[in-house]
Amino acid sequence: MSHPLSQRTRLLAALAAFAGLVLPAGCGFSTEDSGGGSNEPDVEGITLYSGRIPAAIGPAIDSYEAEANRDVQVRFAETADLAATLVEEGDASPADVFFAQEPGAIAAVAEAGLLAKLPRDILDRVPARYRDPDGRWVGITGRARVIAYNKDVVSESELPPSPFGLTAPKWKDRVGWSPASSSMQEYVTALRARYGDDRTGQWLEEMVDNGAVSFPDNVTIRDAIAKGEIDAGLINHYYVAQAIGEEGPDYPVAVYFPPGGLGSLMLLTSVGVLESSDRKPEAFAFVRSLLSDRSQAFFTSSSKEYPLAKGAKPDPSLSVPVDKIPVSDASLVDLKEIQGTIELMQESGAL
Amino acid sequence: MARSRPAPVWLLAAGALVGAAAVLPAAYLAVVVFGDFSAALETALSSRALETLLRTAALTAAVVVASVALALPIGWLTVRTDLPGRRLWAVLCTLPLVIPSYVGAYLLVAALGPKGMVQHALGIELPSIYGFFGAWLVLTLFTYPLVLIPLRAALRRIDPQLEDAARAMGRGPLEVFRTVVLPQLWPVIAAGSLLVALFVISDFGAVSILRFDSFTAEIYIAYQSSFDRVAAAALGAVLVVAMLLLLVASSRVRGARRVHRLGPGTLRPTQPYRLGRWRWPALGFCSLVVLIAFVLPVGVLIYWANKGISTGSTSWNTIAALGGNSLLIAVWAAVAGAIAALVVAALVVRYPSRMTRAIERLAHAGYALPGILVALGLVFFATRAVPALYQTIALLVFAMTIHYLPLAIGPTASSLVQLSPRIEEAARGMGRGPAEVFRTITIPLARGGVMAGAALVFLHAMKELTVTLILSPIGFKTLATDIWTQTTYGFYEASAIPALVLLAVAAVPVYLLSEQGAAPP
Repeated sequence: MSHPLSQRTRLLAALAAFAGLVLPAGCGFSTEDSGGGSNEPDVEGITLYSGRIPAAIGPAIDSYEAEANRDVQVRFAETADLAATLVEEGDASPADVFFAQEPGAIAAVAEAGLLAKLPRDILDRVPARYRDPDGRWVGITGRARVIAYNKDVVSESELPPSPFGLTAPKWKDRVGWSPASSSMQEYVTALRARYGDDRTGQWLEEMVDNGAVSFPDNVTIRDAIAKGEIDAGLINHYYVAQAIGEEGPDYPVAVYFPPGGLGSLMLLTSVGVLESSDRKPEAFAFVRSLLSDRSQAFFTSSSKEYPLAKGAKPDPSLSVPVDKIPVSDASLVDLKEIQGTIELMQESGAL
Repeated sequence: MARSRPAPVWLLAAGALVGAAAVLPAAYLAVVVFGDFSAALETALSSRALETLLRTAALTAAVVVASVALALPIGWLTVRTDLPGRRLWAVLCTLPLVIPSYVGAYLLVAALGPKGMVQHALGIELPSIYGFFGAWLVLTLFTYPLVLIPLRAALRRIDPQLEDAARAMGRGPLEVFRTVVLPQLWPVIAAGSLLVALFVISDFGAVSILRFDSFTAEIYIAYQSSFDRVAAAALGAVLVVAMLLLLVASSRVRGARRVHRLGPGTLRPTQPYRLGRWRWPALGFCSLVVLIAFVLPVGVLIYWANKGISTGSTSWNTIAALGGNSLLIAVWAAVAGAIAALVVAALVVRYPSRMTRAIERLAHAGYALPGILVALGLVFFATRAVPALYQTIALLVFAMTIHYLPLAIGPTASSLVQLSPRIEEAARGMGRGPAEVFRTITIPLARGGVMAGAALVFLHAMKELTVTLILSPIGFKTLATDIWTQTTYGFYEASAIPALVLLAVAAVPVYLLSEQGAAPP
């Protein structure tokens, strides 16, 4: 049983300890190096809203900062949250550049009238199928939708020529997917554009009936395959390459690019410049830097994504050539199409 | 209760200010909803929204019942019995609160999921952790301390003479508990349950990982898939309505009971119940809870951290800087939250009226909403009204304060309820002004509750993620944002060290909170 005074003393001591810890921190809180050293507004620098995590973009930012002798301040968050933030900020946004990991997010920002038209030379750096027909954003890297599988349990020859084959009885309860993730929804949107709503809806229903297991995102599907919870799953190709890079060649998950029809599909990560930016020349220079040979080489070698600038060479580990992976047409980035996809997925019980 | 006295103008003004601040995110929802009312109405009244609401209500009810079922025996055992090491058990059983729900869910999947560590080690198949069961388990384990903390404090404060009298009349321990102790505990159980319920309806981390389609998950789908801000805001508005209903229900249970003693000093220590041979099942029960809710997840973290350290990728300077940033935000939010909560609690306890109750309800609005809506609401208002403050430490602390304010209101109000207004009246009678009485009498005597509230805000601000990512100064990173950065791409080993540091720092206020129940206020 403690005396009230001793409790008071303890509380005061704890408060003093906190104050000692926090006050020095308050005098100059710490910011990330790759995001620029100071929190003072820098007229020379630009502000980037990045859905890409620091490890997947940091060196590309560093090389721009070194070449252009300018600061890049970065806000890292989920792509969709950043898109929603940009829409609420409107003209008052501090951002100059938006790097989206998902096509829907940049389309939402473009549709809200927030993106500036990019100069011709930037658009010309990227093949037409990898950029906005209206010239408001360009693709920087591509990710292929593939089937990942556990190579200890499944051999590549067993896998079907397209995800349509995953509704066969032999795959019952063995396949994972992520209906709530934007990458899966982009894929379903592309299926609808190619095969129509009836055929796509039928496939979704058959997948649900066949016991497809729902995960929140690609990483959790990959990890579930590695642990043997499921044997195969629909994910983006580079997550597996990253895990192999970390875990070594014994990592049990491999990727398979289904060759038939829309077996695989290229999803774009993309960049746009904000119309409200008063540093557009610098922002454009940053976009050019992301499309430079050096940055494109960094993206493909570190994240094993496909570089999308003309002439950029994919990492040697990417054995399937980039032009063998179909891109959906412009309907892919039409938000109304994504809304239709969500409704179809909800009707079929996938979502 | 002094029902007739009107509140002093300065206190009412301060309360109105707190209420107005806390209601900003909800006001943003209203702006968006009324911008396209028919579309919003269609979303809010869709059968899908209704089904999800019912599903979420079922989860909320299940978590609340289980939390009370855990907190009651643990609270009683650690306060009123001779359980060996009861103060240590009190700390250990409060510790699960430091684990962020998104981390806890990942860790329990790693440990208890299909082909997880436990199944692997034991070679047996456990029931699936995904869906309703997993979400229920994780949310219960990591939020039940919100009931346990006020419960222990209340058990300490209960006047033992009633129990002694009941025992003297020959009633058994269980009957005394049911007929004498429990009725006095309902107000704090209701207050703690409210916090648990609001946490469950606004949580996204745990339900998404455990694949339970809750109402908040539906809000995130509206943002992340269709970028439909009207639909998201409409669903958020439904959450605000649900919150108001819960508040009304909770205040019904709390009622206007007169539970204060004449003041500190009259309380004499109770004779602890002797457990006898019952101490073994009691110890087993506490051990099981601590094992699943704390040892297991922390064990997984330590295992990962070990792998991370051996790869040599840890920068301790970075971790220290991240920890400093987390502390900075959490301490200021705790201070601001404690002050704001004291204002609200003093109003609603001392000057109950329609207006003060309305202020209390408004003050809860920021807690019932998921972080993304709180953040976007402040983006909306700050960029338009105070652009100079946008994405500054000040705005981030403000956001945290209104997001977690109700956590501080509960304990503060409880300690004020127990403090007899007659002490304050006596001071008034001796010629002191209301502000002076508030400063010299009310605040010092309610200190225990105020500190407990501040500690709860601190703890949650340490763990907060979404609001920090959107509203922090650019380049500002905390332990929580670093954990997010690492786990987004599945770098669990790298995330384990900042997670362990976060737990260690957050454990300090948890220690204070469990001591809160160990000494009379």
